[in-house]
Amino acid sequence: MGRRVVLGLLGLGAAGVAAGPYLQRAQDTVAGKDPTGLTGLLPGGGGFRYYSVVASVPDRTPATYALTVDGLVDRPATYRLPDLQAMPQRRIVRDVQCVTGWRVPNTPFEGVPLAHLLDTAGVRPGARAVRFSCFDGEYTESLTLEQARRDDVLVALRMQDAVISHSHGGPVRLYVAPMYFYKSAKWLSGITVTDAVQPGYWEQNGYDVDAWVGRSNGRDDAPTA
Amino acid sequence: MRRPPEFLLRFTRAERWVHRTTAALMLTCLATAACLYVAPLAELVGRRRLVVTVHIWCGLALPAPLLVGLTSRALRADVSRLSRFTDVDWAWLRAVRTRAAERPAGKFNAGQKLYAQWTLGAILVILGTGLLMWLTHLAPPAWRTGATFVHDWLAAAIAVVTVGHIRMALRDGEARRGMRTGLVDRRWAEREHPEWREHPQREAAERG
Repeated sequence: MGRRVVLGLLGLGAAGVAAGPYLQRAQDTVAGKDPTGLTGLLPGGGGFRYYSVVASVPDRTPATYALTVDGLVDRPATYRLPDLQAMPQRRIVRDVQCVTGWRVPNTPFEGVPLAHLLDTAGVRPGARAVRFSCFDGEYTESLTLEQARRDDVLVALRMQDAVISHSHGGPVRLYVAPMYFYKSAKWLSGITVTDAVQPGYWEQNGYDVDAWVGRSNGRDDAPTA
Repeated sequence: MRRPPEFLLRFTRAERWVHRTTAALMLTCLATAACLYVAPLAELVGRRRLVVTVHIWCGLALPAPLLVGLTSRALRADVSRLSRFTDVDWAWLRAVRTRAAERPAGKFNAGQKLYAQWTLGAILVILGTGLLMWLTHLAPPAWRTGATFVHDWLAAAIAVVTVGHIRMALRDGEARRGMRTGLVDRRWAEREHPEWREHPQREAAERG
């Protein structure tokens, strides 16, 4: 025995790193078929994880929620939840991929295509990017205008076919289907059209601005869109 | 410092500080990990960047107390005791299995040796996988997935084993006093650690 325990653990650790991707996939497969949800309690268990960059996030009800659209636009506006609900909606079902590794398959999002909001506001010539702010008071995100106009980028009002709960970023969050999930800012409160991309919160901390799933952040996940 | 004759010095000041700082770092790592990955705690605490920063730096510092402590001769002597598994230790394990009352042990019993070796191995693996997750350009993405997998499961195992360690300590006030003040009752030592000798070599040699 003696030092063999230490060496054994080191060996087991190395083997675990090598076999980890396969073991993780096996664990996810089992979790996907588990009707009890108990597998969600396992380490690295499936499903969404809650990330917030501030101490506490205020609640916004349908009565208090507001989304402003401003910057380089002809018609700045502030929308209430019913205004957004009255606009054309689009439902998208794709996998959600977090840059930290977890993935949730086939998650429906539904909401107003961002392109529709931009067209309604009238983007001025010279605009090249869109900046997003959040009512947690801290988080920010950004997209190029071209990315923002994609038809799989939504101002989402529903997720998993239900109203978006507070812990999932409700009542309104951004949804950028082809990118890592940190681009899909929670608690969306502001859309500002700008003349250049201003890196968002995590991007100022080293994450890629163009966060295509499988082609950024040094990762090779299967694309989500 | 004069020591009353009924007491034995079990842990020097240096050893106690190594234990204390390692414990504080490990508990901070476990607490911050819980705030990052247990959803209700994550929602309660938030402040993700601060929690991540504390977790990473406490994790990086984890082996530091032991490395600094190796300058202490007493600690080196105990390291050599802990890394050597003798016939006495096999007898102790057999006694535990058969629930026998007499369990021979040197300064450390076989269970304590296994725990110490587990701790060293677990610290090295959790630190290594943590580095792979932190320095994302160090290794290909598949490694990072594997490292995350090992890091998650090992963290859970460390939490369970640490709870066990604390429970054992709660059951033995004299062992706790040894870690708190350095001194233990001579009769306790003769009962729990009959083969304890001043020099680790002699401890191992007597039952070769």
